[in-house]
Amino acid sequence: MIDIEKVDEIIDKWGCDPDFVIEMFQDVQDHFRYIPRKALERIADRTGKPRGKLFHIVTFYKAFSLEPRGEKEIQVCMGTACYVRGAPDVLAAMERELGIKSGKTTADGKFTLSEVRCLGACGMAPVVTVDGRVYGRVGSSDIPGIIREMRRPQ
Amino acid sequence: MTIDELRDIRKRALESYGRYEAALMVCTGTACVANRAFSLVDAFRDELKKRNLVDRFLVVPTGCNGFCAQGPVVVVQPEGIFYAKVSGADAEEIVEKHLLGGEPVQRLHYRVNGVPVPLMKDIRFFAKQKFLALRHKGVIDPEKIEDYIRVGGYQVVYDVLTSGTPTGVVDEVTASGIRGRGGGGFPTGVKWRSCVEAVRRTGNEPFVVCNADEGDPGAFMDCGILEADPHSVIEGMIIGAFAVGASQGFVYIRKEYPLAMKRLVKAISQARELGLLGSDILGTGFDFDVVVHRGAGSFVCGESSALMASMAGNVGEPRAKYVRSVEKGYKDMPTVLNNVETWANIPLIMEKGARWFAAIGTGDVTENPWNGSSGTKVFSLAGDVRNVGLVEVPMGTSLREIIFDIGGGMADGRKFKAVQTGGPSGGVLPEEKLDLPVDFDTLTKAGSMMGSGGMVVMNDKTCMVQVAAYFVNFLKDESCGKCTPCREGLVAIGSILRRIMEGEGREEDPDLLREYGQTMRESSLCGLGQTAANPVLSTLSYFREEYEAHIMEKRCPAGKCKMLIKYDIDPEKCTGCTVCASRCPVDAITGSPGKVHVIDDTKCIRCGLCREVCNFDAVEVE
Repeated sequence: MIDIEKVDEIIDKWGCDPDFVIEMFQDVQDHFRYIPRKALERIADRTGKPRGKLFHIVTFYKAFSLEPRGEKEIQVCMGTACYVRGAPDVLAAMERELGIKSGKTTADGKFTLSEVRCLGACGMAPVVTVDGRVYGRVGSSDIPGIIREMRRPQ
Repeated sequence: MTIDELRDIRKRALESYGRYEAALMVCTGTACVANRAFSLVDAFRDELKKRNLVDRFLVVPTGCNGFCAQGPVVVVQPEGIFYAKVSGADAEEIVEKHLLGGEPVQRLHYRVNGVPVPLMKDIRFFAKQKFLALRHKGVIDPEKIEDYIRVGGYQVVYDVLTSGTPTGVVDEVTASGIRGRGGGGFPTGVKWRSCVEAVRRTGNEPFVVCNADEGDPGAFMDCGILEADPHSVIEGMIIGAFAVGASQGFVYIRKEYPLAMKRLVKAISQARELGLLGSDILGTGFDFDVVVHRGAGSFVCGESSALMASMAGNVGEPRAKYVRSVEKGYKDMPTVLNNVETWANIPLIMEKGARWFAAIGTGDVTENPWNGSSGTKVFSLAGDVRNVGLVEVPMGTSLREIIFDIGGGMADGRKFKAVQTGGPSGGVLPEEKLDLPVDFDTLTKAGSMMGSGGMVVMNDKTCMVQVAAYFVNFLKDESCGKCTPCREGLVAIGSILRRIMEGEGREEDPDLLREYGQTMRESSLCGLGQTAANPVLSTLSYFREEYEAHIMEKRCPAGKCKMLIKYDIDPEKCTGCTVCASRCPVDAITGSPGKVHVIDDTKCIRCGLCREVCNFDAVEVE
C-alpha cells in the first residue's frame, strides 16, 4: 500500500488544479521513485482528469516511470558534445560494470542507469551524474572507480 | 514599490559595492559548479572571515563566465585579473598575495604557449566577443536582486510603463530587427503585432511565455543566461506583456537545468517581494505576474504548440498550425512565445534604442526585419575545440572566427573535420564552409541552420555516419508519434544507417536516405519532423565518400564503427607494461610482463578501453 496521504498532500500543494498534473506527477516520482497506480488514480479522481489521459502523460514524458527506480540515479550525458567526446564508450562501460542495460535498474534496487540529453555542462564533456553530483571529463577507465565510490556506504 | 524606492535601492547597492577594495567574481555556472565552484566560494569566504577582511573584500558567486574550458574561473575586479582552474586550496594564496600583497598569483594565470595572460580583456577568447544578452555575466550575483538593480535593472521597465505606449514598444522592437533566438528567426516585433491584432479582433486576454525548454543536445545558451542573469528575462517579459496587454506570463523550463530553475524561481519571488511583479508594478497601475512550469523530459515540448499543451497539463503533442499560436495558443488564447535569449535582449533594446541594436549584425533591418540578422547571438561552443564555452558574437561573424579565433582551434592537436550547428534540426558543415557568416539565413542555405546556437566541433576521429545516426536515434526517441512521416520515417532512416554502420549497407542506400528525408521534410506536421533529416542530408552532401567507404569498402575511415574495425597492438611500441591486459573487461589481451601483448579478436568487444589506458599509444585501430 502506498502512502495516499502523501499523494493528497502533493495534489493540494498544486491546488488540485488539472493544469498542474505534470508537476504533481513530478513530485510523486520524486517521493516514491515511480508513479504508483494508486497515485495516478487518486490524481485522476481528484482533478477530474480521465485516467487514460493521465496514463498517456506518464508514459509520454521521460521523467516518469511506472516501475520503481533505483535508490541512486546514474545518468550518462549523451548530448552531442559528450557524444563526440566519447560518451558511448562511457555508457557501455557503465552497462558492463553494473551488469544492466541503459534504462534499467539493478536487481538490488540500488542503481538506475539512464541516458540524458545534455545537462548544459558541455565544457566538461563527457559528463556523468550520480544523484545530481556531476563527474566531468570521464573516461571509460574511470567507471569502476566511480561505481566503487557509490557502493561505499555514506 | 515606487520608482524612488527603486532608485534608493540602487543608490545603496552602489554605495555598499563601492566600499569594497576588490571583488572576487567566482563563476558558479553549471560547468564550474561541476568542478566544485561552490566549495571555492566557501573557501574564499572562510579565508576572508578568518583574516577579518569581510569588510574590505567581496566574494560574488556569478553566473557562467563563459570560458568553461578553464573552470573554475575567478575574476578579480576592478582590475579584471583572470584566474583559471582555481581550487579551494588556492584561496589562501589569492587572498594573501593578491588581495593583501597586490601581487597577482602568477601560476594561476591563463597561459598561451606558456606565456601568462593576466587580464581577462587580453585573452583572445573574450576579445572578439560582444556581450548583449550576456551583459551581466560575471558582473552580478544572479541570486541577489539588489545586484541587478545596482547595474540599472528594472529602470527601463519603469520608463516604458510610464512614458511608453504598447504600440510604441511593438514599433521599437520591430525596428530593432530582432528575430527569434530560439532558432526560428521569426521577427519578434511582427509576432507581437499579430498578437495585438488577435486580441483586438477576439477580445481575448493574451499571455506571454518564455521558452526555456532548451532541448538541443550540446546547447546551453539559455541555461547560461538564466544562471547568470534571470532578472533580465523577467524584465523583458514585463515589457512584452505591456506591449501586448498581458497580465499573466509563464516560463517553461526543462528539468535538466536545476541550477537555472533555482535561480529563476528565486528571481521571480524576489521581484514579487519588491513589487516588480504582481499588481501595480512600480506604482504605474500595470499588473503582471509569472508562473514557472517545469518540463518533464520531452524534446518536442520546445515546439510552441506542444509546449502550450504541456503547460496546460497535457501530453506535449504539436498540432497542425493552420492557426498560429500567437492567435490561438495557451488555452486557445493569443500567446506570445519567445525564447530566453530573445527576452533577455528586450530591456536592452528599449534602453539603447532600436537604431543602436539594428546597427549590430548584418543587413539593414530598420524597414524590414527579414532583411538581415541584427544584434548578437549566443553560442555554446563545444566538442573537440580547445576553448569550450559560452560565446556571444555579433551576427555575421564567421564560423572560422568562432572556432579558430575565439575557440582557439582544435583540441588534442587533431584536425578539424566538421562543425554541427543548430542541433538535431541543423546539419554538419565541412572545412570549406567555415568562412560563411553565421546568421539566420546563410547557414540554412548551406544545408544546416544557425538554430538556437549549439555548435559542436568535430575532429577527424568522428564518423559522420555515426553522427547522422546519433541525431536520428535522438529524434526517434523524442518524436511524439502523432504524424506518420516523422514516426515511421525516423525508424526507416535509422535502420538504413544502422546497416551501413554494420557493414551491410547497400549501394542504393544514400539515394534512399535522401528520398525518405525529402518526404519527411515535405509532409511532417511540425518542425521536428520537417527538419529531422537535416543531419542525414547534410552529412550525405558533404561527406558522401565516407558513406561510400562504409558501403562499398566496408570500412569506417574514422575508425569508429565497431563492426568495421579491429584493435591491434603495435609490437614496436608495446612495452609489455600489462596495463591493457589487466583492464580489459573481457580478458581478450594476453602477454606477460615485458613481452609484447596480443589482442584476441574473437573475444574483443571493441570497447576501446585498452587504447584509452595505454601510455605508449601502442593500441591501433584498423
